[in-house]
Amino acid sequence: MGGFFAEETNAMRNDDRNETLKVPLFADLTRRDLLRMGAVGGAGLALGNLWFLPAFAAPPKPGARAKSVIQIWMWGGPSHLDTFDPKPEAGSDFSGPLDHPIETNVSGIRICELMPNLAKCAEKYSIVRGMTHGVNAHETASYEVQTGRASGGTNVYPGVGAVVSYFKGVNAGYKGLIPPYIVLTEPQGRFADEGFLGLRYQPFATGGDPAQTRFAVEGVVLQGISDQRQQGRRQLLHDLDALDKALRDDPRMAPWKESERQAYELILGDGGKVFDLSQEKDEMRDRYGRNTFGQSCLAARRLVERGVPYITINYQGGWDTHKENFQTMRRRVPEMDKAMATLLADLSEHGLLDSTIVWWSGEFGRTPKVQWEAPWNGGRGHWGQVFSAVVAGGGFAGGQVIGSSDARGEEVKDRPVYPMDLISSIYTLLGIDLHAPLPHPLGQTVFVGPAKEENVRTAGMLREIMGARA
Amino acid sequence: MGVHPVLDAASTPGRGGDAVARGRIDELVFTHLAKVGVAPAGLSSDEVFLRRAYLDAIGTLPTAQEAAAFLASADPGRRASLIDQLLQRGEFSVYWAMKWSDLLRIKAEFPIDLWPTAAQEYYGWLRESLEKNKPYDQFARELLTSSGSNFRVGPVNFYRAVQNREPQSLAQAVALTFMGARTEKWPAARRADMAVFFSQVGYKPTGEWKEEIVFFDRGKPLPTAAAVFPDGTRTRLQAGRDPRLDFAGWLIGPRNPYFARNIVNRVWAWLYGRGIIDEPDDIRPDNPPLYPDLLDFLEAELISASYDLKHIFRLILNSSTYQLSSIPRSSKPEAARNFASYPVRRLDAEVLVDALNQITGTSEQYSSSVPEPYTIMPSGERAIALPDGSISSPFLELFGRSPRDTGMESERNNRPTALQRLHLLNSSQIERRIEQGPALQEILRKPDPRAMLTGLYLTVLSRYPTEEEVRIAAAYQQSSGLDRRNAAIDVAWALINSTEFLYRH
Repeated sequence: MGGFFAEETNAMRNDDRNETLKVPLFADLTRRDLLRMGAVGGAGLALGNLWFLPAFAAPPKPGARAKSVIQIWMWGGPSHLDTFDPKPEAGSDFSGPLDHPIETNVSGIRICELMPNLAKCAEKYSIVRGMTHGVNAHETASYEVQTGRASGGTNVYPGVGAVVSYFKGVNAGYKGLIPPYIVLTEPQGRFADEGFLGLRYQPFATGGDPAQTRFAVEGVVLQGISDQRQQGRRQLLHDLDALDKALRDDPRMAPWKESERQAYELILGDGGKVFDLSQEKDEMRDRYGRNTFGQSCLAARRLVERGVPYITINYQGGWDTHKENFQTMRRRVPEMDKAMATLLADLSEHGLLDSTIVWWSGEFGRTPKVQWEAPWNGGRGHWGQVFSAVVAGGGFAGGQVIGSSDARGEEVKDRPVYPMDLISSIYTLLGIDLHAPLPHPLGQTVFVGPAKEENVRTAGMLREIMGARA
Repeated sequence: MGVHPVLDAASTPGRGGDAVARGRIDELVFTHLAKVGVAPAGLSSDEVFLRRAYLDAIGTLPTAQEAAAFLASADPGRRASLIDQLLQRGEFSVYWAMKWSDLLRIKAEFPIDLWPTAAQEYYGWLRESLEKNKPYDQFARELLTSSGSNFRVGPVNFYRAVQNREPQSLAQAVALTFMGARTEKWPAARRADMAVFFSQVGYKPTGEWKEEIVFFDRGKPLPTAAAVFPDGTRTRLQAGRDPRLDFAGWLIGPRNPYFARNIVNRVWAWLYGRGIIDEPDDIRPDNPPLYPDLLDFLEAELISASYDLKHIFRLILNSSTYQLSSIPRSSKPEAARNFASYPVRRLDAEVLVDALNQITGTSEQYSSSVPEPYTIMPSGERAIALPDGSISSPFLELFGRSPRDTGMESERNNRPTALQRLHLLNSSQIERRIEQGPALQEILRKPDPRAMLTGLYLTVLSRYPTEEEVRIAAAYQQSSGLDRRNAAIDVAWALINSTEFLYRH
């Protein structure tokens, strides 16, 4: 383990030679080099300024197709056996009543019977069946799946969304008013996505419910306050703000004025319209399903259209099915199936699937052997030994299955994929250099990808489905 | 509307007026300003001074009653006596404990790894030291030389609140905290020399979960007995004696070139928003003080006052320089740099949320996710009194509270962002506070419109409304077509969103 860069470096360096910074061979990079390049502040560099350093993000490499990511975050850890890795042959103590998986339109791939819509479009996505990290607690598993690193070190690493926000966001010339990293609708809470990157790379959590008549995005749409009253309030604020008037031309107040301009562009201007789902045809809204997840997927597509680089849909679907797993799955998976299949089709119809990575995963899978006894009554516990993830678009080929679990879905059989492998694949498709440094508040040298000495577990990127480059 | 009679008092006949030099600080600053041809701003009005002094000295907004009482006073010494009162209030030590907690990195976990029990003990020692107004030399000495359990001897956590326990890292934290110096900008030899004094700091576990003893570890090798202090002075370390004692003795000696200078410069920066040497924790030969003689003066004052920091607070707060209006008279770029007007800056996250809670009569919930189970603070706790950086809320994070990772002043980020503005202008949380907060409802319910408006102004802005403002508020109700209650809500909303409320000025 730990030879990740030893395997990857040459290929990547050949690809990247001209586009990215002239970063010397990874292992040779010294702290002084980085300082000279302005990559990291020593503890000596003002932290407040650090966030404004020019990004290390080079423009996307010619081969990099992906511009945006939609992460469908299956908080709680959905059962892999009851979604993308069915095991009817293991018997009913494993498959439970969901023992009739359906064939997809790609020969040889079958998925859970509760997903007929996804079964019709398997050419669009690939299933990674050998995901593994072995962690069985929500927080630490969430951290590892989304940062690629095991928890517990001295550094709190940023999640993928924060890293993308850093490289594709304001530092990289992203001009959108919508923050570059959006969470629909509630933040993950128990996981500080921004890690050591700090406040500025936190996601913007919309709040509200896109399935309501008006999607009350927190801060953008205030229920009960009409646009006319908003305008009246704004004028009143200007009439009464004595200090603002007294310092009208004072350059010190420029950031304040700019922040207000941006805020009102979202509240009253066109900026906030991206969240107005009533601009979509009824038929389209129905296709996604008139529920929070379905409409979140629709909102995510609209955000991608506006160039937002990273959107997490925090799908709080009750996937932590310790009790009565099958009742929950029967209730929730069809909703997921419909919305996710529509999202892939809709992105494709808009010509966006090629440049948008859709990533579906929870923090782990679930105990393959059903716990029939009370109080679980057919429940499944946490299972980090093996679970499934799904990737689509943005340069990931569809219609493939990567790796496998064993006959009962308990262990990896072929081709393990560690969180870092999946995450690095996503970065690479986005054109984010794994050798690029991240700004660290103490000036430590930390890179997007793992340095050898970190001993991050890896079995290599998903080259199997990243081959075709535009 | 023209010149505002309260904010721009110097230009209004009968109020404020020109600032006159009232002591050594002002003599030094005003003489220099005259020499460079920059006109200082006028003296701030009583209203502006009142609000500023509360926010700067105790991180707390004056209540409507406190504001009204001060503004009614005809005592010519009212500003000085207000300053004396503020320095005696309980919030003084609460607020400065918050500031010191940033510097001392008081935080339970990640990446500073104190553990909650130890963070509480560390904070408890800090609060008590400030409540007692412990002389600053003694305060520093205790932090640098203590030994014992992290759960029982608060200050030993100074050596644990680091991301790396190598002697050079410990020296780095000591230099940053007490010398305002960044060792990474020093020659390597000086860094190594200073590290010698911290090469025998030992750590050992006990039988209790997460308990750790910090002690003088004779078993660790001392790189050399011929040690050199950062100013080049040489000393011989004695075997069997904790070298931290030698270092502390050197540091707090009256002729030390860093110690008193660092802290008076910091106090100036804390109150005034900008250091005489700026940034205040970047003292080095090529970052000279703006007013060297002012720094010398304050340094000498601290030493002759036996390291009583309140003496320095009092000197600065009573100066006309500190009490200048924030509205500059000179638009020359060097004016701001030369302390010709009070620098405006957005309220600190904790101060802001406390002020919002005070105005509306609501509370914020703070919690810590480490370690499980969550720590939930009792409702009504003030943000400035939170003992541990791991205890937080989304509001505090959004508004740039210090993450307490490095102890650097710049970790606190008071720059306004669009997301902060969205939250204040248009979020359901703030709207709910305004529409339902019990303290605000009491004001909004007042039948007489003028009494209502007066109550709002005193509560939010700590001053009375002008006639012009009364007129604007009345006109708003008419033009908006809103009922009285909703129009009043909008006025409260506007005041809370105004620069005048959200900034120290």
